[in-house]
Formats: sequence, C-alpha cells, structure tokens
Amino acid sequence: MSILQVKNLVHKYITVGDSEEDKQEVTAIDDIDISVEKGEFIAILGKNGSGKSSLAKHINGLLMPTEGAVYVKGMDTRDKRNLLNIRQNAGIVFQNPDNQIVGTIVEEDVAFGPENMGMPVEDIWDRVTSALEGVGMTAYKEASPNHLSGGQKQRIAIAGIMAMEPECIILDEPTAMLDPKGRRHVLSLVKALNREKKITMLMVTHHMEEVLLADRIIVMDHGRIAMDGTPKEVFSKVDEMKQLGLEVPYAAELAWQLRQEGVPLSETITTREELVEELCQFV
Amino acid sequence: MSIRLEHVDYIYEDNSNQKNYALKDVNLEINPGEFIGIAGHTGSGKSTLIQHFNGLMQPTNGNVYFDGKNIYENDFDLRGLRGKVGICFQYPEHQLFEVTILDDVCFGPMNFGKTREEAEIIAKKALLDVGMSEEMLQKSPFELSGGQKRRVAIAGILAMEPEYFILDEPTAGLDPVGRGQILNLLKRLHETKKMTIIFVSHSMEDVASYVQRMIVMNHGEVLFDGDKREVFSHQKELEEVGLSVPFYRYLAEDLNQRGFTVSKDILTMEEAKEAILKVLRKKR
Repeated sequence: MSILQVKNLVHKYITVGDSEEDKQEVTAIDDIDISVEKGEFIAILGKNGSGKSSLAKHINGLLMPTEGAVYVKGMDTRDKRNLLNIRQNAGIVFQNPDNQIVGTIVEEDVAFGPENMGMPVEDIWDRVTSALEGVGMTAYKEASPNHLSGGQKQRIAIAGIMAMEPECIILDEPTAMLDPKGRRHVLSLVKALNREKKITMLMVTHHMEEVLLADRIIVMDHGRIAMDGTPKEVFSKVDEMKQLGLEVPYAAELAWQLRQEGVPLSETITTREELVEELCQFV
Repeated sequence: MSIRLEHVDYIYEDNSNQKNYALKDVNLEINPGEFIGIAGHTGSGKSTLIQHFNGLMQPTNGNVYFDGKNIYENDFDLRGLRGKVGICFQYPEHQLFEVTILDDVCFGPMNFGKTREEAEIIAKKALLDVGMSEEMLQKSPFELSGGQKRRVAIAGILAMEPEYFILDEPTAGLDPVGRGQILNLLKRLHETKKMTIIFVSHSMEDVASYVQRMIVMNHGEVLFDGDKREVFSHQKELEEVGLSVPFYRYLAEDLNQRGFTVSKDILTMEEAKEAILKVLRKKR
C-alpha cells in the first residue's frame, strides 16, 4: 500500500484587497495525483509560487483540500480524528530553524512531540536519547538552542520529528538558510535516515545539486505536476526545465551547453563524475 | 574615496562574562567601483562586518573611515553616511510595510528630507531599475511573489541613491529565475551606475561568476582578501573553514587528473565550456 496518496487534490484560497469587490480566487494546487511508496526519497521542485509548499502542508493536514483528498497510511486528512495520528506519522521541517524551536534546552525541545503524544516519561527519554543520537547532536542535549548554528538547529528540528518515530518526513527547503557546511550536514542526515531507517522523505528545494540525492523528482508548475521521474529522466530534459524557470545540476547544464556545440555527450549526465568520464573518452 | 577599516575588533560578552571576538583585527579598504563577494561560515563575522561599513555597529577597538574621515568623530554626519552606504539585510521583504509598493519605496527618500513629489520620482526610477512595471506601483507589496517582494525591498534602498550597496545573502530562498534577476540587477548597477557592490553569499558559483574581489571571513578574522581567482586557488584552506571552490574548479581538477588538460583556474561555466571545446577542437 502507498504510504501517501494525493487524489485529485485542488486547493483554492481567496485574497481580499481594500474593498469587497477586490476579492480574487487563487488556485494554488490544481488537480494533482501522486502516490508515494514507503521508503521513497522524493524531491519537489518548482519556482516560487508553483504550489510546492502548499502541497507539503496538505500532507500532514496543515492545509485542507478544497477538492479531492490526501491519505497518509490510508487515513484521510479531512477527518479531524485522524490528525494527531497523521502528524505523528508525517512530520514537517520548515525553512527557518528559528521558527520551529519551542524548548529552552535541546532535549526539552526534542521531547515536545512525544510529550504531546501522552507517552510515559521513561519512554520519552528513550526516544529523545535515540533521536539526538540519530542526528549526531547528543553532545548538545543540555545546550540552549539559541547558541546553536543554523545547521545544528535544523538537526534538532529533525530530531524532534524523529522522536515521534514517523514513517515520513516532509522538508520544506530545509537548507535555504544554511551555510555550505550546515547544508552538507543536514543533507547527509536526511539521506542516512532514508537509507538506513527507511523513512520516506519528501523534500522541497531550489538547489539542483541537492535533488540528486532523491530517487524521484516531482516538478510543479502553476499548481500542476509538470514532470515526475528519476533525476536522470527529469534532468535530461534541459529545455523543458528552462522553460519552467528552473535549472539543472551544473554537470547537466555544462553537458547540455557542450552538446549545443556539437560534442556528443549523453543526455543522462547529471554528476561531475559522469561528465568527466565521458569527456575523457575523447582524449 | 573609500570605506576603510583599521584594526577593527568587535568584542561582546556572553553569559559567563567571557570575551568573544565577533571581529578581530580587521583591516580592509573598499574602493569605489569595486564588486566584492564576502563568504564565510555561519558565525564567521560577515554580518557584523558589513554593519561596520555604515556605522550601524561601533568597533570595540580600531577605527572606521569614510573618505578619510573617522566616522565616530563627533562632527561626522553618520546619518548622511547611511544614505551613501545602503545595507540590504537578509530577507528584506520582511520589512515591507506600506499600503502600496510606491509608498514603501518613497519612505526612505522622504525620511531623508525629500518632498513627496521628489520621492515619487526617485522611487519610480528605482522600481523601474529592479524591473517593476508602472502598473504595479499602486498594488500592495504583499500581493507579490517572493522574488518580486525582494526586488521591491531592494528598490527601497536604491531610492536612497547609495554610492555603496551592501547586501547580506540577497538571493537566499529565491528560485533560479528570481536569483538570476537579483544578481543581474547587481551587475547592471555596477556597470551602468558605477555603484560599488558588496554581497554576502554562500554560493561559491555565484561569487565566482559576478565579483572581482573576494573576502573570506573565519572566526571574525579576514582569512583571504583578493582577486577571486587567487582566493579560490586556496582550495584546501577554504574547505577547512567549511567553504568550497566553485563546481567548475573541481571539474577542472578531475579532468586534469585524467589527462584531459585544461587550466586549473577555471571558475565559471563559460570558462569551463571554452576550455573543454578548445581541447576537443585540437584533437579533431
């Protein structure tokens, strides 16, 4: 069974200007279908305003469908009785690390989720301990979160979700505010949790190099799904990606530029190693 | 004519009264017409540094000079300095507040003593410079997309007509189109208005494509300051402080190791493309 199912999802909202007549209906998500299998690592791409974040917020019931439905492990997000269960199974990490920390000490912050689930105290500490270990932040368990770097804060936010032992984590541009080192740490953690613990990952991002970690890419445009495939399939369509206002990884872009000049390189090149390998065959 | 920092320390005390150096013995001179990139890990002192350029922060030790005058002398016009050295902080769109886009951009010049009519002329020019069309001006800034909001916020600073324009991670969180628009705007301001541009960035590729000079901060100190090509030749040291060199430089290194001989100094896509084509043409 699919862990996530998005069926004919439509999300509309109304913006109101100065006067009543100024009302405008905006369609953020326009009839999309997605099904996600357990253990997949999916990257969601699209320019600002394409509906990526709206989609992410539907998955754990922060936004409700205008039409259609979203199911997490078969549970309908429209049914309020399911929400607590859904949010334990699908946690969200947001872009800004400073907006999602609630505790004054790291371990308290991580304990917030399981505490709210009404777990016995001993179990909570077990979970906090293993979650902090999982993100490599055990040494900081008694630190104050505001003394941590952005990358460390994001790892704490991920630990807070891990402590609920979810099957799925949704990451909405988790590295947008981080420096290169913080970014590498968060990404390798996300990758490890996916590979080792088989946690399903849905990551919204603008960084094409990060996308290469994923098994599957969904490209959104104007609230619809423009492309859905493996990184190789998506990034071989350089022209299409450009038309959607997106980029491709550096190696794919350079290979495309060289192909325009008549160099016979394959369309499936996405990494530096692949590009080097093919170029070296010419000398 | 320049902004000059001499032996600048910025020291703050934490809870345990321990002295921390956010900046330590920084010596820099920013000359008119330069295009500079500042890189460094989180907490390396980048943001503290740029706030010294227009006197928003005062050094604990050392001095800051603008056109040769100490900006902390009693008779120095600090307010005037802030009109000449504009700083655009991270996520400037969070500071939009007016009812219309035009009003928002008029705020700065009016605050600096312009009449509404004068301010409107300046604001309209600044908004056109950042690519906002005339019919957008009466709209609410809150109806715009992320990239558009960012450009309106930038116009708010351009309307002060600064000589030096300093931006802290101006492209963070933007999609590729939005990012390209901001970077090309900076390039245009530098080329056509001879504005001095300094921007903080975590993208080594962006820095490599746009700037001439690069400053690398590490633990409050200037680790490197010079021509970008010279700075990026210190690959190992940059990696040690949590940074990297541009993708294309790594590519050139890999190619060379495999006997595909190109210059090791390659920094941008265009340079990589040219160098590779040159080798391939020779072979044919």
